[in-house]
Amino acid sequence: MSPDGAVPILAMESVSVTLGGRRVLEAVDLRIGHGELTGLIGSNGAGKTTLLRVVLGLLAPDAGRILVGGQPVGHRRGLVGYVPQKISLDPDMPIRAMDIVGLGLDGHRFGLPPLGRSRRGAARRSRVEEALASVGAERLADARIGRLSGGEQQRVMMAQALVSRPALLLLDEPLANLDISSISEVVAVLARVCREQGVAVLISAHDMNPLLPVMDRIAYMADGRLASGPTGEVVRTDVLSGLYRHPVEVLRVGGRILVAGADAESHCP
Amino acid sequence: MNGFFADGAVHTALAVGFLVAVVSGPVGVITIARGQSFAGHSLSDIGTVGGSASYLLGTNVLLGFVSVNVVAAALMELAGSTRARSRDVATGIVLGAALGLAALFLHLETESSTTGATISVLFGSIFTLGSTTLPVVGGLAAVTAVLVAVLYRPLLFSSVHPELAAARGVRTGLVGAGYLVALATAVSLSAVTIGAVLSTALLIGPAATALRLTRHPGRAMLLAAAIGVAETWAGVVLAYASYYWPPAQRGWPVSFFVVTLTMAGYVGSLAVRD
Repeated sequence: MSPDGAVPILAMESVSVTLGGRRVLEAVDLRIGHGELTGLIGSNGAGKTTLLRVVLGLLAPDAGRILVGGQPVGHRRGLVGYVPQKISLDPDMPIRAMDIVGLGLDGHRFGLPPLGRSRRGAARRSRVEEALASVGAERLADARIGRLSGGEQQRVMMAQALVSRPALLLLDEPLANLDISSISEVVAVLARVCREQGVAVLISAHDMNPLLPVMDRIAYMADGRLASGPTGEVVRTDVLSGLYRHPVEVLRVGGRILVAGADAESHCP
Repeated sequence: MNGFFADGAVHTALAVGFLVAVVSGPVGVITIARGQSFAGHSLSDIGTVGGSASYLLGTNVLLGFVSVNVVAAALMELAGSTRARSRDVATGIVLGAALGLAALFLHLETESSTTGATISVLFGSIFTLGSTTLPVVGGLAAVTAVLVAVLYRPLLFSSVHPELAAARGVRTGLVGAGYLVALATAVSLSAVTIGAVLSTALLIGPAATALRLTRHPGRAMLLAAAIGVAETWAGVVLAYASYYWPPAQRGWPVSFFVVTLTMAGYVGSLAVRD
């Protein structure tokens, strides 16, 4: 239970994961409330993707407990939407944007989808169109998914994740490899979706700065360990030095936050 | 042409051609979506072991193809969980061994009889299929069609992004195995029609043509089936007509016509702006 008594949409308690003899997650605690936008920040290899895979049920933890909407992972999969990292689909993939969004709705079911002319087919189509419109991608509906740009594929995948009306949306590095204007566009769309649809959003990124204006809370990762809370309470020299287990310094320069010394290990062996 | 519609072998050929093309089209569309055209071709080559062994033993050739192909598909699926490169190496080695065995079986068969097994196994035998084979073809085609219809959505989903599909609850391993069974039966059916060596043409050709004509994956499957039927039937008609053609008035092989028509169909579809 969170302080206000509501069940959090995500509750991780002492979750540990070891992969190939390396501790990738170390006793991670994380709580996300309904409708909160949380930035999962850390450099490459900090454990961000592993954390998301555990929440999705793609990887079982060695220890600890994870509840999604108060229930064990995999209980209600429609509750969690997922936008994977580095989506680069084959240009000749014979699937349109609207098809992949439709699969996000019912792609786990056996059998043929309802015919477009039937009542269920029409309802499915309007759900798909609504999801595409919510990320400003309605004009992409009929395009082959592999022919779209990286930013456009990103939006279609967001529609695919939102179409099942999830309570928690996970995005793995959605801002990587995007130009600056696309970054602010994606961030704006995420903030709007979070606000208008009341979806909790957990978004991983190696740079926290583009997310600073929209983030309710931060979950900062270093070497498989995680510290979470309001940005001002976590992104501090003492807290992050403790997390990294070596001294780092948090600098605020012209509205940007820099963590100096975070990569110390790789620079000074 | 008068004798054409009166000939029993022609009736069987048209019926078999219809069933084979109808299942090859949709399976081909999924094969292209999954990027497994090589697996399709490998399966048909590996199937020659079953086809040639059946001639040697005097058992049903189609069942020979199917049983070897389904086993090979199961092995591929088991190997599929490992890395792509080692899977390609494994497929290549099994493929070579299978063709070697087929060469041995066909050699032994040719020593002892004159059934023309080599030509039939490698290049098809649609005019020599007995009418008793038709129910077997129908049954296998029905199983394949049902499998594709049942797996349609999870198959497409896991073709686009396996991890995403798994996160949504799709059992990607099971769905992939089901698809390989459908691929194995479709390839076997087309192996007895136009031959093991050429069966990829009927699997990939109509599907690739259809995908250039429509973006809708479901419509592409129906269109691929229709194109495949048209090309197969036209091939049968031309092969029948070619009995009166030079040089020997012995008729040209159906496989030649079907493969040439699928090729022409695809090249024609390239003219359509995409």
